[in-house]
Amino acid sequence: MALLRVDNMTHYFEGLRAVHNYNLILEPGHIVGLIGPNGAGKTTIFNLISGIHTPTEGNIELDGHNLIGHQPHKIASMGLGRTFQNLLLWRHMTVLEHVKMACYSQLEYGVLDAFFGTRRCHREEKRITSKAMHLLETFNVAQFSSQLAVSLPYGAQRRLEMARAMATNPKVLLLDEPTAGMTPDELNRMITIIRKVHQDFDVTIFMIEHRLKFVMDLCERIQTLVFGEVIAEGTPDEIKNNPDVIEAYLGKEDVT
Amino acid sequence: MEEQNEKDQRPKKGFKAWLQKLFAGIPLIGWLFSVFGAVLIEYFLGDLISYYLGLPKIPVLFGFLTVLKKPLLIPGIIGYLILVYGLPILLIAKSLRKPANKLAAFLDKGPVSIGAIIHLGFFYGAMHFWTDLSDYRLLVLKLTMIAIMLTLSINVINGYMGEFSCSHPGFMALGAYGASTITLLLFANDKLFGDALLPVALGFYFFPLALIGGGLIAALGALVIAIPSFRTRGDYLAIISLAFLFIVKSLIENLEFIGGPRGMSSQPNYANLPMVFTVMVLCIWIINNFVRSTMGKALNAVRDNELAAEVMTVNTRKTKIIAFMFAAFWAGVAGGLFAHVLRYVNPGSFGIQRLAEILAMVYFGGLNSVTGSIVGAVSISILSEALRPLEIYKWIIIPLLLILVMLFRPTGLIAFTEFNPKELMKPKKKRIEEQ
Repeated sequence: MALLRVDNMTHYFEGLRAVHNYNLILEPGHIVGLIGPNGAGKTTIFNLISGIHTPTEGNIELDGHNLIGHQPHKIASMGLGRTFQNLLLWRHMTVLEHVKMACYSQLEYGVLDAFFGTRRCHREEKRITSKAMHLLETFNVAQFSSQLAVSLPYGAQRRLEMARAMATNPKVLLLDEPTAGMTPDELNRMITIIRKVHQDFDVTIFMIEHRLKFVMDLCERIQTLVFGEVIAEGTPDEIKNNPDVIEAYLGKEDVT
Repeated sequence: MEEQNEKDQRPKKGFKAWLQKLFAGIPLIGWLFSVFGAVLIEYFLGDLISYYLGLPKIPVLFGFLTVLKKPLLIPGIIGYLILVYGLPILLIAKSLRKPANKLAAFLDKGPVSIGAIIHLGFFYGAMHFWTDLSDYRLLVLKLTMIAIMLTLSINVINGYMGEFSCSHPGFMALGAYGASTITLLLFANDKLFGDALLPVALGFYFFPLALIGGGLIAALGALVIAIPSFRTRGDYLAIISLAFLFIVKSLIENLEFIGGPRGMSSQPNYANLPMVFTVMVLCIWIINNFVRSTMGKALNAVRDNELAAEVMTVNTRKTKIIAFMFAAFWAGVAGGLFAHVLRYVNPGSFGIQRLAEILAMVYFGGLNSVTGSIVGAVSISILSEALRPLEIYKWIIIPLLLILVMLFRPTGLIAFTEFNPKELMKPKKKRIEEQ
């Protein structure tokens, strides 16, 4: 059974058709890529799946549960983690606080516990602190734990964002351009990290990426999106040799 | 952090180093002892000392008022301050450094609550004797404590959650009128509601419940702003909150059964110093607990990036509702205390002027910081009392000060810090001796 299933999703921004008749079947354990030129609607698809926008038409199911009409935080706690293209970190919060914050829905204490600092509150805080520290170590950012997240080097910020996304216990992880603005060296490290996440956390990954080498390396299947429509879908080799993709995407890159 | 350490390790010279050396290694409890001692000296010898220094009476508020009225008394006042506060505080703090550190180390081993209660006990004792000398001091101190509660609670919205809320006097008014209505209706014979419905003697014990009632009314009122805040942020929400303030004010002005524009008077005298102090300590404790928990940190996440917070499973709507209702609750409790301290409220005291005062305190002291709120509230309240003889010029000096603070420290004096009582009460080592 598909872990994440999107059927005939269409979305309009006012009059503009951003996504048209989009379908996705994500099998457990796969890594699937979504490529396409700028403005094709890739991030919109992510926003639709994670509930930030509600699709005009269509259906989204995660592990058999319908996602349409739920608040993003509900969808996230159902097991859909994501990262952002432009690193949405919290300006005044430390690295550790970032990862702890992502455990919000797993907190088992109420507001009153927080007010009076009850034993249950302290116990839970301790639990998520050790969980967060563990994640920070996995992503190799533990040495920064008490620093402000915005003061970290760029690569570490990216890793922190991954750690934060993993703290929500996702079944499906959406990565929005995980290598944006990275040097080739950092890029190779990112490939290792994503592979590691995929294996160690047993998570299914769906990612947007511009760098074809990166996608071809990691993904088992690739979708190509142009003007909100999928024009080709298949294995990396199939995509590489698809004339439509070359014309719409690779060809375009040659010009610019 | 490291930079700080490096700075400390450099050898120091001059007055600043001398001062630092003077104060190094004294734990909080040592300072409390010495303040307590100084207050006792004033309590027993104050009259005598002021007589010999040629002062007409004990300077009530550190002599500010006297100095501004009669500049000729300046030397006497300075002498008094040194003799009664400066020297005894220093001497006692220095001489008790070792035992105080031992006590602090002992308390540090036990639970935080016991240490905190002992510290607060000494603090309360000092205040008790200090205010015993004059009713004016008592009033100023109570109003300062209420200001601390107000500042802390508005900091939850304006600092921790980053919304600009202008409705705080409105919440305060709801709490003040709510609590006053409960006490006047149930426990007082007054002209507005007639005879007391319950035995008057019970009143004092039910007063905390009346305060909570007032707070809950304010919290309900906060829903009017919390719900629009789901979709609106920033300036627009500020306008909505300002509108709420005016709605509350004109509502109270037009409701005849709670006195209309004439206000409500003759509240029973329940808000004595221990009551105000206890409520304030509870307020600081609960707010500090909340903002240090992950649930409270969610406010920061909503402020810094709402979208990221939502995607990281934070229920932003719940967070906003909690923040507004929580802050309004404490503003309401503070309002209830305010009404019972002055024993008179009218709609006029919850207008723009009050708003400006509260905002000045929170921005002066520092956003996102419990310590900052306390510092801001205390300094602005004491300052505005001390400068009272200057009359209208007071409102030139205080805003100027605020502008200066904003120029040099845009987020306030002590912003973005965590208030950790355990750290505060720790024994202190003398750094200079170690080297």
